[in-house]
Amino acid sequence: MTAPAIELKAINKRFGPVWANRDIDLKVMPGTVHGIVGENGAGKSTLMSILYGFYTADTGEILVNGQNLDIRNSQQAIQAGIGMVHQHFMLVEPFTVLENVMLGMEGQAVLANARGKARKALQDIASRYGLEVDPDAIVGELPVGLQQRVEILKALYRGAKILILDEPTSVLTPQETGQLFEILESLRSQGVTVLLITHKLKEIMAITNHVSIMRAGTMVAHRETAHTSPEELAELMVGRKVLLRVDKQPAQPGEQRMEIKNLDYSDDRGVRRLKDINFNLRSGEILGVAGVSGNGQSELLKMLSGALAPNQGVMVLDTRAGHSELSAGSWRDAAEIRDLGIAHVPENRLRQALVKAFSAAENAILGYHDKPEYGETFLEPEKVVNATEVMMEAYDVRPRLPGLKTANFSGGNQQKLVLAREMLKEPDILLIGQPTRGVDIGAIEFIHRNMIAARDKGAAVLLVSVELDEILSLSDRIIVMNDGAITGEVMASETNEAELGLLMTSTAGEVPTAGNGPTGGAKAPQSEQQEEAVA
Amino acid sequence: MEMFDQIFSLLGASIRLATPLMFAAMAGIFSERSGIVDIGLEGKMLISAFASACAAYETGSPWLGLLAGILVSVMFALMHGYASITQRGDQTISGLAVNFLASGLTVVLGHAWYGQGGLTPSVHDERFKSIILPGAEWLGENVPVVGPFYEQVISGHNILVYLAFVSVAAAYWVLFRTRFGLRLRATGEEPNAVDSAGISVAWVRYRAMIVTGVLCGCAGTYLSIAQNAAFQREMTAGRGYIALAAVIFGKWHPKGALGACLLFGFLQSLETRLQSVQLPLVGELPSQVFSAIPYIITVVLLAGFIGKAIAPKNVGVPYVKER
Repeated sequence: MTAPAIELKAINKRFGPVWANRDIDLKVMPGTVHGIVGENGAGKSTLMSILYGFYTADTGEILVNGQNLDIRNSQQAIQAGIGMVHQHFMLVEPFTVLENVMLGMEGQAVLANARGKARKALQDIASRYGLEVDPDAIVGELPVGLQQRVEILKALYRGAKILILDEPTSVLTPQETGQLFEILESLRSQGVTVLLITHKLKEIMAITNHVSIMRAGTMVAHRETAHTSPEELAELMVGRKVLLRVDKQPAQPGEQRMEIKNLDYSDDRGVRRLKDINFNLRSGEILGVAGVSGNGQSELLKMLSGALAPNQGVMVLDTRAGHSELSAGSWRDAAEIRDLGIAHVPENRLRQALVKAFSAAENAILGYHDKPEYGETFLEPEKVVNATEVMMEAYDVRPRLPGLKTANFSGGNQQKLVLAREMLKEPDILLIGQPTRGVDIGAIEFIHRNMIAARDKGAAVLLVSVELDEILSLSDRIIVMNDGAITGEVMASETNEAELGLLMTSTAGEVPTAGNGPTGGAKAPQSEQQEEAVA
Repeated sequence: MEMFDQIFSLLGASIRLATPLMFAAMAGIFSERSGIVDIGLEGKMLISAFASACAAYETGSPWLGLLAGILVSVMFALMHGYASITQRGDQTISGLAVNFLASGLTVVLGHAWYGQGGLTPSVHDERFKSIILPGAEWLGENVPVVGPFYEQVISGHNILVYLAFVSVAAAYWVLFRTRFGLRLRATGEEPNAVDSAGISVAWVRYRAMIVTGVLCGCAGTYLSIAQNAAFQREMTAGRGYIALAAVIFGKWHPKGALGACLLFGFLQSLETRLQSVQLPLVGELPSQVFSAIPYIITVVLLAGFIGKAIAPKNVGVPYVKER
């Protein structure tokens, strides 16, 4: 029997009182793709950092190809044939592909000959594994999928036989993910061992041979992928049964609440971030905005919530505050827009939604602090605390301590506090960005249920998310953004991931070639389709 | 020929005035390209000017003066390095501390050792002297235009002036043609990438600090025992900051910074030339106007004429390993 490529025995690692890894055992067989799943904070990244020499385990043994190794820094891990592709790329953006690959492996002190040698070696590797990249391209100018390829090349150039990939698909389109999996297949067939860290169960099922599940710093189970199911994995990750699918009735869209016409925005550097955006939003529906992160979704949310003003365009609102029309010259700020009946759950809760150093109670009224229900002239702490307690009860924020500093709540509970603050006001329009980013599975379920409930009560919900699964399961209607423009609009019930993926990479006005749903790139037919759908 | 004479002597003076800026700007490039903001160029120049003046006076050798200047400057650079690399302190504050320390120490020690109001005793023979290049006099007298240019602009400087030009070429070569340079530039841009490639970020930055110290030492030495013959209190007079402006103006590139230093040197020599000269319409301009010009030009040009200067991405950010 061959020795495992990697064997970990009783690995322990503590950060102060936090037990990040507790008695971890792991065996990874050579030439396989081995998945490691677990929620945020389950200890996956710590474990991989120990294997790659970023941290040293307090106790425990690491065996690579049957040999006991003491890995104290990345250099030693590299020498042992371990390579790592980090979630946040470790690339020097102004450098070329070649320079990035060479860095740390230059050989001679003077680069003249080293460059030539590296170029040749790089081309050999690229053709062997089918990883073609122009060695003289500037890395910062490459699309994300290719940057990741450079990271893989870097590892292989260093002679990696064991490749660790940390959440590799979080920044990729479905198409790029498909290409990545092809690369992983090719690596596996050439005898490379791949460790895939992810929280996406679908990917585990698609590519791995084996999977190990972590929860709260411990390894709870090992499975052969062929003999498990997403439901079982989710249950093992969370420790209880989880509903993976969102239960919802078909939408009953009512009257129009918001209409956006010809919205255009260029940032301070003159880059056009939003290009002629048009859509409408009705009460009782969830409109999903899909797209790879950084294609204008953030700017759109900021615009609609009043944090930014457009250069051109009109927003027509019909809410409890009556009919109003905002145009580029007469845009409103965030407080005024809130008064029109719009609530906003921002994409980045720690930057835009909460002040970490404030107590939960202070954050629970942030943005609404001048409302009379929290005190007439001065804030009345008792009223604030009472209101916070109501929110915490309704949204199951734990621990239920209004006085506790917000930084001390977990990500999921922070998010629930923000949702409670914005959603309990029963807004006419709810703008919500990345509602479950960095939130554990249990809380995701809860948040999704509440969004559906808000919709059923008649709210018009705009959901921006980079998680396609989330968009597909929650939305009634989906618009797709790419490069600041809307590239398509589809009904959620009539589309699939492949079609959305194509729209996410196509340009505005161009009709994608695959998919047979009502894709419609052009704008005029779209609104007709909506009419039909509503009727 | 009168006009050429004037122009050439102006250019010659420009080069002499640009020399300390060139050394200091290269020092700044090494520091900032590695990710360490260095407003302490000024302080390091000042302390090394003092050290080299003392050492040259005591030992009678300008070379030992240079050595002393470099050593002290490297010590100060490492102090800044310890604060900003090992202790991950605020680099601006640490640089400011270097400047204050140098400014105070030079005066206190100067008083204590020589009692001449902060001046060091002048050195006459123990300084770097002008070198007349071969054939300069003959060419100057016999060949029109090119001859006097050679005699007054190219020839007749001390060794450190020539060394400053060599340092620019060397800085370019090291930064863009060697392994050390590749790693140094990567460290200022993306220290995470450097660390994950198995290279110590701290060690790269410390070495950059040493280079910075050596170059500042040359700049300070030039001021006290090449351009002048003694140390005077605050004799750097803001040259460290002007060098920093040249670094930014030159977009953190040796070639660009060289151009900026020469331009600033030229403006300074104009300043001395135009003092107490009656200009048409405006009359006599106060010298402060000229002193301010390098800063004004930097701001104005950066604001629109030469495009945005993009600093190394992680300059000024202490490196902490991610969890």
